[in-house]
Amino acid sequence: MNKIETRNLSIWYGDGRVLTDVNMKIKEKCITAIIGPSGCGKTTFIKAINRMIDLTHIARIEGEILCDGENIYDDGIDVVELRKKIGMVFQKPNPFPMSIYENVAYGPRVHGIKDRRSLNEIVEKSLREAFLWDEVKDRLNEPALGSSGGQQQRLCIARALSMKPEVILFDEPCSALDPISTSKIEDLIVELKKNYTVIIVTHNMQQAARISDYTAFFLTRGELIEYGSTSRIFERPLDKRTEDYITGRFG
Amino acid sequence: MISVNFSQKIANIMLWASALITIAILFIMVGHILLNGVEVIDLQFLLESPKNAGREGGILPMIVSSLYTTGLALIVAIPLGIGSAIYLTEYAVKSPLTKAIRYATETLSGIPSIVVGLFGYTFFVIYLGLGFCVLSAGLTLSIMALPIIMRTAEESVRTVPIGYREGSLALGASKWQTIRKVLLPSASPGIVTGIVLGMGRAIGETAAIMFVVGGGWRMPISPLSPAQPLTVHLYELFSAGIISTEIGYGTATVLLAMVLAITFTANWTMRRYIKKIMGE
Repeated sequence: MNKIETRNLSIWYGDGRVLTDVNMKIKEKCITAIIGPSGCGKTTFIKAINRMIDLTHIARIEGEILCDGENIYDDGIDVVELRKKIGMVFQKPNPFPMSIYENVAYGPRVHGIKDRRSLNEIVEKSLREAFLWDEVKDRLNEPALGSSGGQQQRLCIARALSMKPEVILFDEPCSALDPISTSKIEDLIVELKKNYTVIIVTHNMQQAARISDYTAFFLTRGELIEYGSTSRIFERPLDKRTEDYITGRFG
Repeated sequence: MISVNFSQKIANIMLWASALITIAILFIMVGHILLNGVEVIDLQFLLESPKNAGREGGILPMIVSSLYTTGLALIVAIPLGIGSAIYLTEYAVKSPLTKAIRYATETLSGIPSIVVGLFGYTFFVIYLGLGFCVLSAGLTLSIMALPIIMRTAEESVRTVPIGYREGSLALGASKWQTIRKVLLPSASPGIVTGIVLGMGRAIGETAAIMFVVGGGWRMPISPLSPAQPLTVHLYELFSAGIISTEIGYGTATVLLAMVLAITFTANWTMRRYIKKIMGE
């Protein structure tokens, strides 16, 4: 089943083209990795999927992104609902300056859940799902910013999970973390694909090879060079440029 | 040629001396006022009205006037200042208009207070017909406090990490929810600093309100009654040929103590708050 499909997706920042005619079908409950050199439009691509790109005023978008068959750039689309359905975890852990509990309860509260019992349930479930519950259950009311970087990032994942999303976008979630925290997050992401569709941008090719089912390779100006199952891409790349990139000849 | 070591030594001494002199001036001044003022202050001084042309009695109506006018000024200046700060950082696209607004506030903060007082007199007292009263003074003072509050608030809202905004919006929060629940709480320590600075400016202002506040020694009850804040009282005591230096020092001490008390309380509260939201 395809969860997300892009059709001739192109994006410009002002006059500069950052994404060029991307056609991609992203499978449900799989991990799809987006790799490519810096500035190849990876982040722009995933920011387009939950319309975070709307915050970039100079961005101009052409083409379509379908989520469950519906174009998310249609006029009738409720961005709030879209972002509930498509969560996002950012490059730098960005917990809010609030308690751990309040961080996870933030999303549900914003969407009108007030009942303490339901909030408690959501917070516990989300933290468990993010492999964080046991580490923080005794200090839920302490500031989130007092935790380690890895814990903060898992908290951000729990925060995204609190919205019961269907898709989770990860924008280089481990680039600010040490190897141990990174491996925890990787285990977590693999676990998450049982219930969620995961799209992850990464600079780290080993990471893409380790955890993803599909890999898409982007190059300058956001051209999708090659896309297929991760094992195929890494073992038998069809395009010379993909091979050069994954063997570390450039990038 | 002076040797490098020698010039370094001279520089050290000069820097050290300038720091010392600065601190010394502050301590001598505050110390002088407090030493002379504290002995005047007792319950009677704090809780009674002036008697015998200001030679005796207390300054309660003046304390109330100061708090009253400053309070009104803040009620006006805080929402306006924070509101425009948010508009400038979160809504306005960089344009000649936003530049003009920033330029205007900088200019506003540089206007001599006596000129603001003149405007307060012609606009609030005469044109709007409010008369000489607490309200006219409060509005005039809000003009003095507004640029300080706005600029500090703008700076602190601007420095809130972009990640907080993205994180909140990505959870489907609206812009306003993001501002209310994430931006303002994160920026509040800076905003409070701005409010305290603005308050200090308002409570210490004399020239701007001399001509709008009315004066007199009666306790101001309604916002439309005339009042005599501590600063104006002090001015009057001295300009009338120093009726009583002691009362003057006492008044100055009370004024100083009020500013210090508010500053310390605000700082202390904010430090605890920062610790609560940011961890160590």
